[in-house]
Amino acid sequence: MIYAYSPLRRFGLYIGALLALIWSGGPFLWQLSSSFQLDRELTTGSPKFWPSPFTIEHYINLVVEKSFQEYIYNSIIVASLTTLFGLFVGSLAAFSLSRLDIRGKFGVLGIILSISMFPQIAIVGPLYLLASDLGLLDTYASLVITYLALGLPLVTWVLFGYFETLPREIDEAARMDGCSTLGLLFRIILPISLPSLVTTGLLAFIAAWNEFMFALAFTSSIEHQTVPVGIANFTNLYYVPWGDIAAASVVVTVPLIVLVLVFQKHIIEGLTQGGVKE
Amino acid sequence: MSLQQTATAIAGPRKGAGNSFRWQFLTPWLLLLPAFLSLASVSVYPILNGLWLSFTNTSLITQEHDFVGFANYRLLWVDDLFWNAWWHTITFTAVSTLAETLLGLAIALLLFEHFAFRGVVRAAMLVPWAMPTVVTSKMFGWLFDGQHGLINYLLKSAGIISENVNWLGSVDNALWTIIFADVWKTTPFMALLLLAGLHTIPKSLIEAARMDGARSLATFWYVRLPMLLPTLLIAGLFRALDAFRVFDLVYVLTGGGPADSTETLSTLNYKTLFSTLQFGYGSAISTAMFITEAMIALGFCIFLYERLRRQK
Repeated sequence: MIYAYSPLRRFGLYIGALLALIWSGGPFLWQLSSSFQLDRELTTGSPKFWPSPFTIEHYINLVVEKSFQEYIYNSIIVASLTTLFGLFVGSLAAFSLSRLDIRGKFGVLGIILSISMFPQIAIVGPLYLLASDLGLLDTYASLVITYLALGLPLVTWVLFGYFETLPREIDEAARMDGCSTLGLLFRIILPISLPSLVTTGLLAFIAAWNEFMFALAFTSSIEHQTVPVGIANFTNLYYVPWGDIAAASVVVTVPLIVLVLVFQKHIIEGLTQGGVKE
Repeated sequence: MSLQQTATAIAGPRKGAGNSFRWQFLTPWLLLLPAFLSLASVSVYPILNGLWLSFTNTSLITQEHDFVGFANYRLLWVDDLFWNAWWHTITFTAVSTLAETLLGLAIALLLFEHFAFRGVVRAAMLVPWAMPTVVTSKMFGWLFDGQHGLINYLLKSAGIISENVNWLGSVDNALWTIIFADVWKTTPFMALLLLAGLHTIPKSLIEAARMDGARSLATFWYVRLPMLLPTLLIAGLFRALDAFRVFDLVYVLTGGGPADSTETLSTLNYKTLFSTLQFGYGSAISTAMFITEAMIALGFCIFLYERLRRQK
């Protein structure tokens, strides 16, 4: 194909691209700008796009007044453990479904996927009662166990998709060399699946990092509450601290954005793999 | 079948092969076991338990836990708050799914073309997707703030409105503002999904249409759109099911208010469970939600099936 557009069409394309860029990036840039402005500047009635005077007051508030670092610590623990367990359990399942003789594997895969279709609000009540009976309320464990199960269908599905693309000759060669089944998984398949493991892990991590409802229901103290719960509860007595909220948004979103931009190609592939039939 | 297995099959079982055969049969299931255990305890058991609870008057306040048959469902049927939330949820789902699909399709068609900085636009589209929904909510709360929000300022500067609009605090606007926030958050993902779908359409088809003198609009209408339709419908279905569960946005932005004008099924359900601690009644709401969702999915599937059958 030749990409020779008429000038009018080219103009339209760039206008469209600009609009798409403003639409996706604009709101966050405003949040970024707000986080460096004084409260009185934010409420003057004529907002400034470029912060002046520039202040890091809100970022200091986050640490000093709100102990925001504790929420971040909790989120890092919960999301990392979820990711590690998720990748481990998910790769065992995906390996079994993709590489071993298993009867009705697409049925099993279908069941795993369809479980994820249930509305999450339907399980939060019973799980709360269960966690309460087991004394797991307000613990990391309650969140990690829940997020593990919520993330597993996606993790299994994406890893299964990747394993299916690996040539079977590898398995045969490994078996010939006397590799056991688990050896095949841990010494051969997993090392060459590293790109997919990274992407899948990132997806699981982001999902756990962003989850709100279960964290809200299961945790009640700053010792175990995660970032979304912390931000949702950000209110001062007499006014909404928009500057502090903006700073918190920047702190929890920028690392995600950096990760996503670094791995964007893999993420788009991983995400769209399930939705599109070739 | 691996070579070793083939060899075993030809040569017959060796000594002790019975044992190894059993392991060969068991290993796949053993590897699946952790996943099954996890899903069974955190998904399957709670779903079934919730179904049971919906037939009881379980309440953490009165400490009752008795079977009451369909009493919760009879109450639900005449509960105005429930139907109020039901209609809001349906409106939210229909409007946001439609808007996201159309806008997503437009953006996908745009990103399919070749232009400088295409990679930058595509990367920027991942920002709304990656951002925690709670952060999105707070961000829109600030953008649409009734007094100092940027949106009011921009609209006033452009002369579209003459005085500040109370976006989230008024019964007429709040639901639409939440829908807007949802469209912002999820359109990019839709666009990327549809973009992937567009890439699977054979280029030769579009070139053939061009050769036959079809213009861009005609190629879109007669070639791309029909080819994309299955992807479009499946993506729409997943989006609709997801939109139907909207919780974070509503809970953080308005908490269901003002005057229940943005109450959705998930928020009503959550409050019934964790504010009034009526686990029996709350579970009945969950079940009703699930039934509604199943009907939406069924409707989509029937439509998709009819569509595909007509195409053949």
